[in-house]
Amino acid sequence: MDNKNLTILNRIKDSDIYFSFIKSPTAIISTLILIIIFFCSFFVELVTPYNPFDPSSLSLMDAFTPPSWTEEGLAKFILGTDGQGRDMLATILYGSRISLIVGFSAVLFALVLGVGLGLSAGYFGGKYEMFVMRFTDVQLTVPSILMALLVDGIARGIISRELHDEMAIYVLIFAIGISEWPQFARVSRAATLVEKNKDYVSASTIIGVSNIIIMFKHILPNIMRPVLVIGTIGLALAIIAEATLSFLGVGVPPTTPSLGTLIRLGNDFLFSGEWWITFFPAIFLVILAFSINLLGDWMRDTLNPKLN
Amino acid sequence: MTFLKINNLSVNYEMRRETVYAAKKVNINVEKGEILGLVGESGSGKSTVGNAIINLIDEPGKVSGGSIILDGTDIYENPENIIKLRGKKIGLIFQDPQTSLNPILTIGEQLIETIQTHLKLNTEEAKNKAINLLKEVGIKDAETRFNNYPHQFSGGMRQRVVISLALCCEPELLIADEPTTALDVSIQSQILDLIKRLTKERNLAVILITHDMGVISETTNRVAVMKNGYLVEIGPTKEILTKPKEIYTKALISSVPPTNKKINRFKIIEKENKNEGETNIKILNRWSKKEIIEQDLVKVKNLSKTFDDNFFTESSKNSVMAVDDVSFAIKEGESFGLVGESGSGKSTIAKMIVNLYSPTAGDIDFDNVCITKIKSNKEMMKFRKQIQMIFQDPYSSLNGRLKVKDIVSEPIKLHNPSISSNDLDNYIYDLLESVELTQQSAERYPHEFSGGQRQRISIARALATQPRLLVCDEPTSALDVSIQAQILNLLKDLQEQLNLTILFISHDLPVVRQMCDRIAVLKNGKLCEISETEKLFEKPSHNYTKELLNLMPKIESIYN
Repeated sequence: MDNKNLTILNRIKDSDIYFSFIKSPTAIISTLILIIIFFCSFFVELVTPYNPFDPSSLSLMDAFTPPSWTEEGLAKFILGTDGQGRDMLATILYGSRISLIVGFSAVLFALVLGVGLGLSAGYFGGKYEMFVMRFTDVQLTVPSILMALLVDGIARGIISRELHDEMAIYVLIFAIGISEWPQFARVSRAATLVEKNKDYVSASTIIGVSNIIIMFKHILPNIMRPVLVIGTIGLALAIIAEATLSFLGVGVPPTTPSLGTLIRLGNDFLFSGEWWITFFPAIFLVILAFSINLLGDWMRDTLNPKLN
Repeated sequence: MTFLKINNLSVNYEMRRETVYAAKKVNINVEKGEILGLVGESGSGKSTVGNAIINLIDEPGKVSGGSIILDGTDIYENPENIIKLRGKKIGLIFQDPQTSLNPILTIGEQLIETIQTHLKLNTEEAKNKAINLLKEVGIKDAETRFNNYPHQFSGGMRQRVVISLALCCEPELLIADEPTTALDVSIQSQILDLIKRLTKERNLAVILITHDMGVISETTNRVAVMKNGYLVEIGPTKEILTKPKEIYTKALISSVPPTNKKINRFKIIEKENKNEGETNIKILNRWSKKEIIEQDLVKVKNLSKTFDDNFFTESSKNSVMAVDDVSFAIKEGESFGLVGESGSGKSTIAKMIVNLYSPTAGDIDFDNVCITKIKSNKEMMKFRKQIQMIFQDPYSSLNGRLKVKDIVSEPIKLHNPSISSNDLDNYIYDLLESVELTQQSAERYPHEFSGGQRQRISIARALATQPRLLVCDEPTSALDVSIQAQILNLLKDLQEQLNLTILFISHDLPVVRQMCDRIAVLKNGKLCEISETEKLFEKPSHNYTKELLNLMPKIESIYN
């Protein structure tokens, strides 16, 4: 036990999680891909000179340029352009930024709601727990995409047409978050039931620590592992859900397109031979979701105490 | 010729950071008709040796040297050898009878399957053989019990079934890995008698792996003492236990609580924390010490607790009576023992006294105030402060996400919110040093500590509120015997210096004898008798107490 003076960096390097990470090529590759995607999406201005949302920089002369390696391709548009002459690569990166923002926010919303309800249900038990858990059971019988469509439909009814395009992204986050929270509630309740019966919780009760502090200071950090795993896989689901909704036309408006919107827009040109307009956003979405899922799988295997 | 010969056996585990040598050049011989005890503390390699004989060492472990010769066949010479020997020549008994039987097959099916794997018998013959085996291990109504499932047997009966499974194919060597550790003392002695009888009748060679010196002295002919993978000493049991040659064996024997007398302190030869000299209870300066008054600090009056195991109805039909009309009183400053087998309700009583459970009927008075009827949180806090608890499992009783510093400071800050951070640090250091931990421990996380050290942290946390009553629920039953001796010494010192009242709960009679002034014996939730410790051990009045005392394995039996 001579590692008492280690810095945080060394603690991480010393941990089993780091060890398992550097031993897993899948985890390293998917993390690398995700880092590149995140960087390019959030700092897209540094990566590409084009701004697809600035109409003055667009030229209809460039419209429908195929990818650069084909015969008619231009070197300056690597992945070609769409019907308005926007560079596909830049459009995809701007779009994935929207997709990621929606995905992260929706998962965060679902996580806070689900863990809050699951943790308190598991801790307090009784009628309250029964009510919360039956409610999640009911919601789990409805496919989450239908749930999201329902929320979106209600929101359209309430919010006026002018406001709707501005509010669309928030409605989307809310809709996806609402459809995903039962997963978090179930997992965190199950983990809480296990932790609640451990002696350290009894010890805190005997000392006189209040329920709220026991829940958040003692139990919450101990149930975060399974919740993080669900959260990672949930992120991929949320991004796909956003793409699905946008593809169906109820997501973000075409003026600020996400990956799903791009796929929908490109879909119209698929049969006239301009395959790249829908193919590249779709492939990008697959790579993104696949990498997140692989990372989630690795996390589940590593963080699951039962498998060690 | 020697029946089983273990020659220079070495077993390595290639771990991530280092190679762990679980067994280092171990030499052991076993003859037919004798029981060899393999004793040592956790991590000593005793189970590794047992597993090596039957080639059951888990990855990443491997046998790195030496040989095991059973009846002239080298087990590791040819990998096919062991498959022939397993079951046929070597039988194995595991620690936990709950998990070593398949719950979805009847015991008859399991026995027949095992018999037919090794012997060429038809189903009828196999069945007869199985029923005879069940009779031999002492199962009544073997013909009807044959068709029962494992869950229909009690723990002791299940262990008998496991033994009959191990005997199926007439093995000549029996390896028993802690066969009685999961069982109550009354069942333990039956199982050990059975093993002794079978050894004689069948002329078996038996290796009995255990940590319990009492079991060793009552059962084995010879004993091998192991430590950190080394064989420390091997010889006839009587010789090793009465005239040990090695320092380690001496230390081990001196830390076993004697069953026939009360000693003041355990003699500690090897200490876990070497830097500490005299026990230095620094916390004394801060302790607002109360003089012991002649009074009953805790009065338990007609206490009952039922657990309703039915979720939907609240009918009393399905409820389990965990504690049934129990009354006793604990004097201020004394150590009161609560003894009983599993399911006797001793832990339930402890949890009611610390107010984790509320009783179904009856009252608990603390310092002449009834604490079971308090409703307001504020009132309760006064008593929370005065009653603290130490738990059995040192691994689940500390929150692994907090530093030791934060674990110990939680009760201090809660009951004294205005404490300055400087003073708080000093308070924590004093507490840690009082339980013989270093100041540096404060910055570490619980997983960096051993079981005994974790139990010390647990004690420090309990002392932080300066309690008057300390409830100890089996505080040492998860620990090795040498660590147990140190923790018991510590508890004794703390009690003396701090005028603590202790409620000590245990199933281990020798330990209770060392710790307690008065003892209450519980059975199935009912109180059998309360008596002064010496009187209880010398002249027990209740039949159940007599039975318990009679059955407990006595290390002293070797002298007779």
